[in-house]
Amino acid sequence: MSFFQVLFAPEMLFLRNALLIGALSSVTLGIIGTFVVTKRISSIAGAISHAALGGVGIALFLQRVLLWSFCTATWGAVVGAVVSALLVGVVSLYAKEREDTIIGVMWALGMAIGLLFLDRTPGYVDWQGYLFGNILLLSTPEVYMTIILDFIVLIPVVIFFNPVLAMCFDGTFAELRGVRVKLIYLSLLVLTALTIVLMMNIVGIILVIALLTLPAATAGCFTRHLWSMMVVSGVLNWVFVTIGLLISFYYRMPSGPVIVVFAGLVYVCALIYHSLRVKKV
Amino acid sequence: MDNIVEIKHLNFGYESSRLILSDVNLEIKAGESCCIVGPNGGGKSTLLRLLLGLISPNSGTLRIFGEEPQKSRGKIGYMPQYHQLDPAFPVTAFEVALMGRMRRNFCLRYSKADRDIAMDSLNELKIANLSNMSFASLSGGQRQRVLIARALACRPELLLLDEPTANIDPGAEGDFYDTLDRLRKRMTILTVSHDLGFVNKEIDKVICVNREVSIHNAGSLDDEAIHQVYHHHVNLIKHDHSCFCNCQKES
Repeated sequence: MSFFQVLFAPEMLFLRNALLIGALSSVTLGIIGTFVVTKRISSIAGAISHAALGGVGIALFLQRVLLWSFCTATWGAVVGAVVSALLVGVVSLYAKEREDTIIGVMWALGMAIGLLFLDRTPGYVDWQGYLFGNILLLSTPEVYMTIILDFIVLIPVVIFFNPVLAMCFDGTFAELRGVRVKLIYLSLLVLTALTIVLMMNIVGIILVIALLTLPAATAGCFTRHLWSMMVVSGVLNWVFVTIGLLISFYYRMPSGPVIVVFAGLVYVCALIYHSLRVKKV
Repeated sequence: MDNIVEIKHLNFGYESSRLILSDVNLEIKAGESCCIVGPNGGGKSTLLRLLLGLISPNSGTLRIFGEEPQKSRGKIGYMPQYHQLDPAFPVTAFEVALMGRMRRNFCLRYSKADRDIAMDSLNELKIANLSNMSFASLSGGQRQRVLIARALACRPELLLLDEPTANIDPGAEGDFYDTLDRLRKRMTILTVSHDLGFVNKEIDKVICVNREVSIHNAGSLDDEAIHQVYHHHVNLIKHDHSCFCNCQKES
């Protein structure tokens, strides 16, 4: 059976959804990943992703113990990620010397709280799905959520691209020119948090930092504008997710790790090529 | 002549018990060219941050163009040290210069006038040929010039330069001093430098900072004045070219 026959078979809706979400999320990941890499905040992204698990644990616990049906895992992750993003962001802006400590605390505490609440939640909880993701279980509502997130990220970045560029390159100068640096920085951290929640379903909390950094870092080896880095990073994201999914589907391997290992290999090759090119010049 | 910078009895310390700057009094008039010198940790950068309104004094008054520093930022062009910036950031020299045209509530695109001003600034620094080159691929001296072009693109009345000659090749120094001479005719320039060699005959005022501030004319900066600031002996060597003096610390 050829790949296209498999893809369009009626029972393969999950694969079509997975490929579609992979393509749609590339827009968000390309933009936010570039911000994470150029602003050098991958450790903050890591802390946010682990704090999201805390939100998931608490939400599922409340849903099943107190029967609060509105407390879904996704909403729990959104609250956990956004609150931690704002907390780390404020500390990073106003008490830089404590930034490293608060990142470490968020990282460990978020995960510990999440696992404790999941352990005490009655019934079966697929906690491994949150940690490592399972893109093949994505459904149509997640497709719509991804489209909405694309617009939430794309529209402000297009409108405020130049202030964002100025803030990422030299925050002090941008502030002197009247750019609302703190507001833009915190807004971008909140968008990063929302992106992480979306990615949680695709590659999981543990591997989300890889998808936020590897394609953007690879793109950075070949681009000299922030906008082109975002575009190339988005395209690479789509390529990594699509090829990674196909490999995992054909060889029956977990999709998240396959995507990340493939992206990592390409990044290493790009880095070697870039180093050789710089030496030649 | 109007005072552009006016500081009276200013004290600053991150902890009130340990002052970094104590009882600073300073006036800079329009059109003057001043240089802040002093040893590392003496408070040069702190004074610069106060002038930019990034931090506020514990006591005393600080006025730039008769207003609080935060309100007069639009009239100031600032060049930081280039090593404070990410050298691998994906941006071209022209895009960096364009940032000088950034303003409050700016969104979408720069106008043609903004682009022309940015290109004029690069031209003024004789680096228009580098405009499309990646900032990462430029040498230290070229990056320094791009950052000065960005400061000039603000169309400032007061230009603040933080260590502007730190990465300029000895051969290119002449060009750089010529550029500064041209700029002095149309704006007030305040330079921060750890290098006494920057103090040349074109400087009107030398502001020596080491917790306290003393002000000298370039011509009156002698061994005794320098010893008071650096707290150790410094050999002065007079040069024939633009530099008034060069320094060599005695170990």
